[in-house]
Amino acid sequence: MTKTYTLTHLQQLENESIQIIREVAAEFQNPVMLYSIGKDSGVMLRLAEKAFYPAPLPFSLLHVNTTYKFREMIAFRNQLMKDIGATLIEKINLEGVKQNINPFDHGTQRYTHIMKTETLKQALTEGGYDAAFGGARRDEEKSRAKERVFSFRDSRHQWDPKNQRPELWDLYNGRVKQGESIRVFPLSNWTELDIWLYIHLEKIPMVPLYFAKERPVVRRNGTWIMVDDERLPLQKGETPEMRMVRFRTLGCYPLTGAVESSATTVPEVIEEMLRNKNSERQGRMIDFDEAGSMEQKKREGYF
Amino acid sequence: MICTELDRLGIESYLQNYRDKSLLRFLTCGSVDDGKSTLIGRLLHDADQVFDDHLSAVRKDTGKYGTTGEAIDFALLVDGLQAEREQGITIDVAYRYFSTDRRKFIIADTPGHVQYTRNMATGASHCDLAIILIDARKGVLEQTRRHSFIATLLGIQHLVVAINKMDLVDYSREVFDRIKGDFGAFAAKLQVRDIHFIPMSGMRGENVVHRSENMPWFQGSPLLAHLENVHIASDRNLVDLRLPVQLVLRPNLDYRGFCGTIASGILRQGDPIVSLPSGRQSRVKSIDTFGGSLTEAVAGMAVSITLEDEIDASRGDMFASPNNAPNVDHNVEAMIVWMAEEPMLPGSRYVLKQTTNTSAVTATDIRYRMNVSTLSREDAKALTLNEIGRVRLESMRPLQWDPYAKNRRTGSFILVDRLTNATVAAGMILDRTTAERAGDRRTRSGDAGLNLQTHKSSVTPEQRTQRLQQKPLAIWFTGLPRSGKTPTAFALEQELYRRGYAAHVLLGTNLRTTLSRDLGFSGEDRWEHQRRAAEVARVSCDAGLIAIGALIAPLAADRSQARTIIGAERFVEVFCNASLEICEQRDQTGLYAAARQGQLRNVTGIDAPYEPPQNPDFVLPTGTKSPEDCAKMLCDFLEQRGLLKKM
Repeated sequence: MTKTYTLTHLQQLENESIQIIREVAAEFQNPVMLYSIGKDSGVMLRLAEKAFYPAPLPFSLLHVNTTYKFREMIAFRNQLMKDIGATLIEKINLEGVKQNINPFDHGTQRYTHIMKTETLKQALTEGGYDAAFGGARRDEEKSRAKERVFSFRDSRHQWDPKNQRPELWDLYNGRVKQGESIRVFPLSNWTELDIWLYIHLEKIPMVPLYFAKERPVVRRNGTWIMVDDERLPLQKGETPEMRMVRFRTLGCYPLTGAVESSATTVPEVIEEMLRNKNSERQGRMIDFDEAGSMEQKKREGYF
Repeated sequence: MICTELDRLGIESYLQNYRDKSLLRFLTCGSVDDGKSTLIGRLLHDADQVFDDHLSAVRKDTGKYGTTGEAIDFALLVDGLQAEREQGITIDVAYRYFSTDRRKFIIADTPGHVQYTRNMATGASHCDLAIILIDARKGVLEQTRRHSFIATLLGIQHLVVAINKMDLVDYSREVFDRIKGDFGAFAAKLQVRDIHFIPMSGMRGENVVHRSENMPWFQGSPLLAHLENVHIASDRNLVDLRLPVQLVLRPNLDYRGFCGTIASGILRQGDPIVSLPSGRQSRVKSIDTFGGSLTEAVAGMAVSITLEDEIDASRGDMFASPNNAPNVDHNVEAMIVWMAEEPMLPGSRYVLKQTTNTSAVTATDIRYRMNVSTLSREDAKALTLNEIGRVRLESMRPLQWDPYAKNRRTGSFILVDRLTNATVAAGMILDRTTAERAGDRRTRSGDAGLNLQTHKSSVTPEQRTQRLQQKPLAIWFTGLPRSGKTPTAFALEQELYRRGYAAHVLLGTNLRTTLSRDLGFSGEDRWEHQRRAAEVARVSCDAGLIAIGALIAPLAADRSQARTIIGAERFVEVFCNASLEICEQRDQTGLYAAARQGQLRNVTGIDAPYEPPQNPDFVLPTGTKSPEDCAKMLCDFLEQRGLLKKM
């Protein structure tokens, strides 16, 4: 057989992402990579390792910890940082902690805004980062479909859908003035299936929460919420029960719904995903508020 | 579709199959109301790519925003931002993803408004194929022509003309044929390889994924089948090796890795490469990736390479093959799409990004504006938003480029406003050497150039030898700058004259100001200069004369080219052997001093390579002996060897 030198779609995606990550390292003074512990972050981190091999990562990782993350996420994060020798900056909104801002008393929106969006903006301002990588994909949600790879944010970290730069070829315009920044999305063109397949092929370690296991859960708003610690106030008539569940997406445990599942390996997870045609953000309560809510959050500075 | 495939293959084989899929990126363009979003929504829906919750959300929204009454408004599957949903139009480029069991697809959904040329150009820059939508009731419109032109300007080689809303013209074959004819007449002026026409109804899903039963006269494939099968692999440039240096990694003192994505060509371990603009050469020692070292890598791969020699290359430089290098030039001619409110005026300055290079540029001239409806050229004093024109740019730093038509990666650039940092233009570099010089020349000479014949002289070489009483010869000097080539060449000319021969000197620097005055010092231009000098020497030899070539001729390849052109039997290679120290000491002009201080680049022996000949016919000690002595030595040698012969 003659050689065709054709790259598969996954190889093309991988190479494009590496090019983007290197471009940021070459052009920005002080980049940082948002690391959320989830599957997309895991893939992004692996791509960054590849981009600079054999050198270490030329930037730090930043984790915005809302303090309501699953415990298993934090344990996984700490172990992984040790294994790959990366530098992690953890940012917690101490003021919010002092005021005991939580999703139960303050509502999902206000809690997310204070503990996540505001904390992120604070961390970015304090760090003086001129570029921040995020693991968002365009296929996740409708308003993401139009997001740039280099997404321009003003000095208040806000996103204006009307004031974005056209992006042609692989030529990214990362020029910013003092205080302005760019959010960079190297996984823009990946789909959920691409991410899982890459995890499978590359054997990228994942938080066990993605795989089915008996976990203590309660039924709320048509989804299963895991009782990860004693802070989850049980409503009248609620008793935690053990169910084989897993999570399609990871965030704050009181806001992240589990699905009943028997998938314990990556191929099983993929098969379940393919057969169960519901898009992944369905388990994430943050999008449910109303149509266009993600867009609103992005305008405010959310990733 | 997915589930049946899963049942048939099982998950492991399904994943294997999915992993090996190829990727097609295409864009959809059409006028407002041509039914573009509906077509995409229908494509996704019929290809079984819509998630249940999205579909139910769309059912809910159909009442709120929909324009279809009770039926599902497929357009709502793909529209995105709030503002545009309320206005009922798409205002930006949106990317969609889907796959079939054959291929994976990325759709760039671009708008139809007149003022949104920039978005379309943006979408097209990422795509291999464009779907041009035409409303069957309206036929070919100005918009259609505009979109087709922009798509092909951006280098798209495959067009699918989707003649939509066929249900509204009673599935008329005549309508289809008429529009096809109209489009074909217009498209003859475009540079496009492959055009495909499909009659369809996006709203009713006819010839989108499923074949239409209402148009039995149409024998071609429905849209999806065509997208799955169109052959795009050969669009890639695997010939010209180009590796722009993106980043240099120095994890420790022993490792210097040059990172970059191969823009075109194939890179192999052990290959010779030249670093541009410095011109320094080395070989590829290793191609390193996280997954292990490779023996070869191809266009599109992000690699890190190490070289055999310590070469100082940095971001913005480019590695290429020494025998096939890009243009290295401060000036480029390009077609640009202007994307800013503020117009482009001649004399304005911008920041240019091309490959990994960033440079300040001045727009020195606007040649013309393209009227994209008529494809005619118009005089323009400025280019305004969404206009397309041809400009000349002058760059502070040398640019390494290829024409866009040959190489999308090294022929494209963006311009950035120096104050606002906005991206204001997209540019595609033109091959002005062939397009302008050769093209103009050929145009001036009419069609005669197509009918060239060579003719043979009836005066034989033997007759000429008899008349001139000498055998023709080309004596080709090579050596470092200031090694004594020029004085020795002229001394040799004198000595030959004294001994009764007809000889003349071909001096590189003199040719530079005359025959080669249009050439610069890029690899390609140096090569062309050497070729011309050799051709002149050949003519001299054909005329029976002795030609003394005094050019630097730094590369073995240059000299071997000259030998081939002139003919090995009458070619003598002479090495002017003077050490670099002596050449530097001798230098009165400050050439080496300037090169040492970094003020001058591309100086042979310092930062441009010199390959001493492996087997020269004669070595002259020009470093220690006078030009006159050397000339005598050489003449004696040539006479003894019978190469220089009085008849």
